[in-house]
Amino acid sequence: MADDRKKLSMTLGESLRQQGVSRRGFLKYCAATASMMALPPTMVPAIAQALEKAKRPSVIWLSFQECTGCTESLTRSHSPSVENLIFDHISLDYHHTLQVASGDAAEAAREAAMHENEGKYIVVVDGSIPLANPGYSSIAGISNLQMLEETVAGAAAVVAVGSCAAFGGLPHANPNPTGAVSVGEIVKDKPVVNVSGCPPIPTVITGVLAHFLTFGSLPELDALGRPMVFFGQSIHDRCYRRPFYDKGLFAETFDDEGARKGWCLFRLGCKGPMTYNACATAKWNQGTSWPVESGHGCLGCSEPDFWDAGGFYNALSIPDSDLTRKTGYVVGAGVALGAAAGALNRSTRAKAAAKHETVTIDDLDKKS
Amino acid sequence: MSTSIDFLLWVRGPGFDIALFIFVVGVLIRLLEVLILGRKPDYSEPRGAELGAGLLTLVTRTAPEGGSFKRSPFTVVGGYIWHIGFLVSLFLFVPHIELIDSVLGIRWPGIASNLVDAIAAVTIVTLVAMLFSRLTHPVKRFLSGPEDYLTWVVTFLPMLTGYLAYHRMIDPYPLVLGLHILSVELLMVLFPFTKLMHAFTFIIARWYNGAMAGRRGVQS
Ligand code: SF4
Ligand code: SF4
Repeated sequence: MADDRKKLSMTLGESLRQQGVSRRGFLKYCAATASMMALPPTMVPAIAQALEKAKRPSVIWLSFQECTGCTESLTRSHSPSVENLIFDHISLDYHHTLQVASGDAAEAAREAAMHENEGKYIVVVDGSIPLANPGYSSIAGISNLQMLEETVAGAAAVVAVGSCAAFGGLPHANPNPTGAVSVGEIVKDKPVVNVSGCPPIPTVITGVLAHFLTFGSLPELDALGRPMVFFGQSIHDRCYRRPFYDKGLFAETFDDEGARKGWCLFRLGCKGPMTYNACATAKWNQGTSWPVESGHGCLGCSEPDFWDAGGFYNALSIPDSDLTRKTGYVVGAGVALGAAAGALNRSTRAKAAAKHETVTIDDLDKKS
Repeated sequence: MSTSIDFLLWVRGPGFDIALFIFVVGVLIRLLEVLILGRKPDYSEPRGAELGAGLLTLVTRTAPEGGSFKRSPFTVVGGYIWHIGFLVSLFLFVPHIELIDSVLGIRWPGIASNLVDAIAAVTIVTLVAMLFSRLTHPVKRFLSGPEDYLTWVVTFLPMLTGYLAYHRMIDPYPLVLGLHILSVELLMVLFPFTKLMHAFTFIIARWYNGAMAGRRGVQS
């Protein structure tokens, strides 16, 4: 515990040096962060200086209705790169999956972190919050809603990590049996950043935290509360298959010749055109590749309700409609109504003909 | 939460259902109304065949006609350009073919997206020019009623929003894609109840004219 306290009072720079991270490695990270955040290279020394001096902020990570994929993503991030060390060097004071403590001791750690860092700690949330019945998800007998509200009360900012926390995610998918909602629907009086994705890109999570450490504020957000620097451009805009989309060259199956030549995956259900995320530039697994590069269309995982946006293998232009399956009935209804209207027209014509009085030349002569 | 994605999901889901229902039922009612009415029995002795002449007229009336071209070349050429441009954008753009395949189960090869794009741009310009001419030409202006302007708007909007969506000119993309789909739905809803119906009835009318002439043994 005392050791922990000492660590907490260390600056990030001291802490990184103690971990054997070289100055060069640290600056490389700062440069990468700057470029990812679309900041000019002249900002690198400023970032380095700010991060160097930054105190390790206390982070309380709350996991609600989730699959742990976001934590999995984070722990598999570029390790052992500087990004990971940044995470090691915040003070992660509470995290179900990663902490050693359990039961009362775990809850005590959360409360201690809240009291000691009142007004300064960051709350990271993964998972959605069930509103239908607290029994759907609770921790230590505390409902998710209650835990979120009491933990956020003294926080400086809230980071909703993953599409469940940001938009409700899979638990929120139709018909949403648990009444799942996003963090943003509950937390109204604190800044909330949505780092969406299923899972989110690890470097994006650390990038947001680095921004907070550097500037003491959260990055600029888009209409969905996501940091513009990472979610400002669509997958489609940065996709290396884009020239094929423009030329109208589309793969028809996952292993046809077109697919092997890198043609566009639109017909195979790629939702890249409507999806805003950094996959195409940041990539996954230490920058190795990303879904579209490995031959699978984008699922749109960083957008609200992507689970409900039609089949993953249906082209984006296909209506997500029941009616197309019921076309037969519609045609039947049209034919029946058309036949009725036709019959009505016929009878109107017949009646008109019956009522019609024949006029002879004599009649006309008489009138004139 | 009401987001552009919610909007897109609505137009791709219930919105499309409603539009397709009105379109299909409306078109069938209008067509059957015409067809069931039938023709009066013609007791005269036929001097030629109906079928061939009917089909021939379908083609000849679609080809440009010299006289009217000389009188108003702009109207004729503009008319061809925008009709063909509209049909190419509608039926040869790959995402549209996917849509048609999902509804009707039939598909055909598309053409390069950037070629469709260029054709769409020409179509949009032509449509604007056609409207301008309608508004400035005294005779055309006199002949135009509210329905003519309404049908122009609902034809123009899908072209314009489609162009904006393709070039991602409105952010976020789900919003502009949603607007494009919504504009098409508007077209589908108004289609059966306006002169847009000519897209179907022109076949009947031309065939009928040709068949009548054919039976009488005269040129149509
Ligand atoms: S693969 Fe997807 S993201 Fe890439 S160009 Fe095609 S549609 Fe766009
Ligand atoms: S490519 Fe699309 S579905 Fe895949 S991780 Fe990126 S945003 Fe999510």
